[in-house]
Amino acid sequence: MADKQATREAYGKALLTLGAENPNVVVLDADLSKSTKTADFGKKYPERFFNMGIAESNLIGTAAGLAAAGKIPFASTFAIFAVGRAFEQIRNSVAYPKLNVKIAATHAGITVGEDGGSHQAVEDVAIMRAVPNMTVLVPADGEETRQAILAAAKYYGPVYIRMGRLDVPLLFGEDYHFEIGKANVLKEGTDAAIMANGVMVSLALEAAADLAEQGISVSVVNVASVKPLDEETIVQVAQKSKAVVTAEEHNIIGGLGSAVAELLAEKQPTPMVRVGIKDTFGESGKPAELLEKYGLTKESIIKAVQEVISKK
Amino acid sequence: MTTLELKRMANSIRRDIVTMLVAAKSGHPGGSLSAADIVATLFFNEMRINPADPAWADRDRFVLSKGHAAPVLYAALAEKGFFPKEELQGLRKTGRMLQGHPDMKKTPGVDMSTGSLGQGLSAANGMALAGKLDGKDYRVYALLGDGEMAEGQVWEAAMAAAHYKLDNLTGILDYNGLQIDGKTDSVMCSDPLDKKWQAFGWHVIEVDGHDIEALLAAFAEAKEVKGKPTMIIAKTIKGKGVSFMEDQAGWHGNAPSVEQGQQALDELREEAANLG
Repeated sequence: MADKQATREAYGKALLTLGAENPNVVVLDADLSKSTKTADFGKKYPERFFNMGIAESNLIGTAAGLAAAGKIPFASTFAIFAVGRAFEQIRNSVAYPKLNVKIAATHAGITVGEDGGSHQAVEDVAIMRAVPNMTVLVPADGEETRQAILAAAKYYGPVYIRMGRLDVPLLFGEDYHFEIGKANVLKEGTDAAIMANGVMVSLALEAAADLAEQGISVSVVNVASVKPLDEETIVQVAQKSKAVVTAEEHNIIGGLGSAVAELLAEKQPTPMVRVGIKDTFGESGKPAELLEKYGLTKESIIKAVQEVISKK
Repeated sequence: MTTLELKRMANSIRRDIVTMLVAAKSGHPGGSLSAADIVATLFFNEMRINPADPAWADRDRFVLSKGHAAPVLYAALAEKGFFPKEELQGLRKTGRMLQGHPDMKKTPGVDMSTGSLGQGLSAANGMALAGKLDGKDYRVYALLGDGEMAEGQVWEAAMAAAHYKLDNLTGILDYNGLQIDGKTDSVMCSDPLDKKWQAFGWHVIEVDGHDIEALLAAFAEAKEVKGKPTMIIAKTIKGKGVSFMEDQAGWHGNAPSVEQGQQALDELREEAANLG
């Protein structure tokens, strides 16, 4: 087992599993199949793979029609083009009629790197969360992505799955259990809780280890299912630790931090600090340098935990 | 149905459209009336559908890409028996099944939710692709408007339908020449549409969209075309059948008053009487 894998790689492999298991699974791409990793499915199941060319509106609309006729389409492109270019097709042709379309968006967030801000979706989770009928998943590693893709195929309805370009540490084994609507408590602690998803989960675990050395005990909760949100687990953890930090590779407006804040404000008011992109676009650069520059680091999480504890 | 029966049906559909828009006090008469002959021919002669089983997997599909013409679809579905005609009185009313634009989750017989222009042909493509994949012989029909031709997604879908050789797909363009802001060729000229669709790889048939026999012949021709989709460019008159609505952009999205509705129904009843 490699120690790192991009979530998009895991997506490509999960599609091969689905291709063998379910003849109704079809895959659509918009001229990015080598990057989104749908190309292997296309090679193995050419009759069930549709390259729609650089035409994202039609990509999503065609997926809607396939779903209306009983197929389980996975429509793939970069997050910015799926949610950005084809927003209204997602909204009106997919979510409004609650069609069984899976929008598998890769290259989300600033870890896209060198391609720069035009290609780095920092608002996609906020937009997708606000759409009725939509399920929003942000898996943290290869194994969770594999399970999320299989779960999305089993679930009937629109799902947005956010994946990244960057190789990220493999955190989970096959004994890990992902479920739509469930958060996973990865580590129990008493002083504060870090709720993270995507690339920030491994950093949250590292931050928790460092904090333990300082004598600070924190929970780490992986919230891959941003919508539906596991309200029960999040409220319980917040109740116990009385201080919450959220961490996401997304604008601090509208993403995981907002979802948790909305929930806790109503159900369990708790001091919070949100780690995320501070309402700004990204830029070109090496992913690691950008994570550093935009404050998406282990150190930022540690600082946020210290800050939130001081508010208790 | 015979040609005469189809003409009578189109007339009934037109009367239903007027009646339901008067009751709703809002909606889109012009583009509904222009498409009445096309829709009557499709639903009462051309399409393989079963009102008792709206979700029948082998049925032909109909996508009303120009979703604001929902009244013409609802009238056809009610006349066909997908739901009781009384439902037409509930158009656009809270809690009722007939939404301002077609909603496949609420209305039996509606194959795709539409209304945001430009999206219907893509969905029709998806249904046609699925049909080919499953080895089914159903056909997919998509009705588009000429104002809608300004939407870029239409041309993305046009390109893809030809690329995937969707000969089980027939598009019908309700070419009535008017849109909300006026004449289509003055708002955003999309001519020459025959050459455009041909250039995108489609078989193109031009007909008078109020000539039932010509429509029947066009649908028959479309079925014989192999390896490419067919676009039937149907020249129509917006507001057709109601003298004061014909060729008037102002009747795109305004419902007739009770008095205007009465006059419209009188004219349509007279037409029905003349049909014999």
